Amino acid sequence: MTAIVTVRIQEADFDTAHEIAALAKGRTDIGAVVSFSGICRGNDHGESIAALTLEHYPGMAEAEIMRHADEAMARWPLNGLTIIHRVGRITPGENIVLVVTASSHRQAAFHAAEFLMDYLKTSAPFWKREERDEGASWVEARAHDDAAAARWTRS
Amino acid sequence: MKVKYFAWVRERIGLAEEQVEPPEGVGTVGELIAWLSERGESYAYAFEKPKVIRAAIDHVHVQPDAGIAGAREIAFFPPMTGG
Repeated sequence: MTAIVTVRIQEADFDTAHEIAALAKGRTDIGAVVSFSGICRGNDHGESIAALTLEHYPGMAEAEIMRHADEAMARWPLNGLTIIHRVGRITPGENIVLVVTASSHRQAAFHAAEFLMDYLKTSAPFWKREERDEGASWVEARAHDDAAAARWTRS
Repeated sequence: MKVKYFAWVRERIGLAEEQVEPPEGVGTVGELIAWLSERGESYAYAFEKPKVIRAAIDHVHVQPDAGIAGAREIAFFPPMTGG
């Protein structure tokens, strides 16, 4: 069966269980599904966070995610994958991002999910603004996220 | 060409997008940043650390030495923090 790739950028929340079920529905070739959910935290290093606002670059965000989805499909034997990234204001406890990968065996699904998340963090054009007690500020990129993405680079 | 700004680059400049006509001699992304920086205090502030600024031409990430000839849309933004 052909692999199904779904990429969505939306303000609305998503239902993780529904997305997993939709990816595997009616198929008997999938032996492993891995899902990663990114969730808005209510604090960072002891400081409370009231909300995040996600800005994105419409058009490029979809294109960039699709490029990495295509690369994941080329690198691992996947039966399908779903990537959903929310934008707009998100409060603690709410979903931010979902990556679901499906394969015949677990290793490809695990690796592809991790690869996609590492690239979403460093290369998909999204920016987080945090609301804290002292005001709102843009989240700074973290060096360890760049390092995590760099390990997937093939020489 | 259309230029777009995102996140704190957009806030500092005070615009989400604009049309610009850089003069001859502005041939690369890095040269475009330098030229834009001359347009006023808000631009100089946005581009005060040019090495931090990321750029994309027609929805594809590019380096500062990338040529801008033929570009329809060039975007400038901070390092990404999604996911």
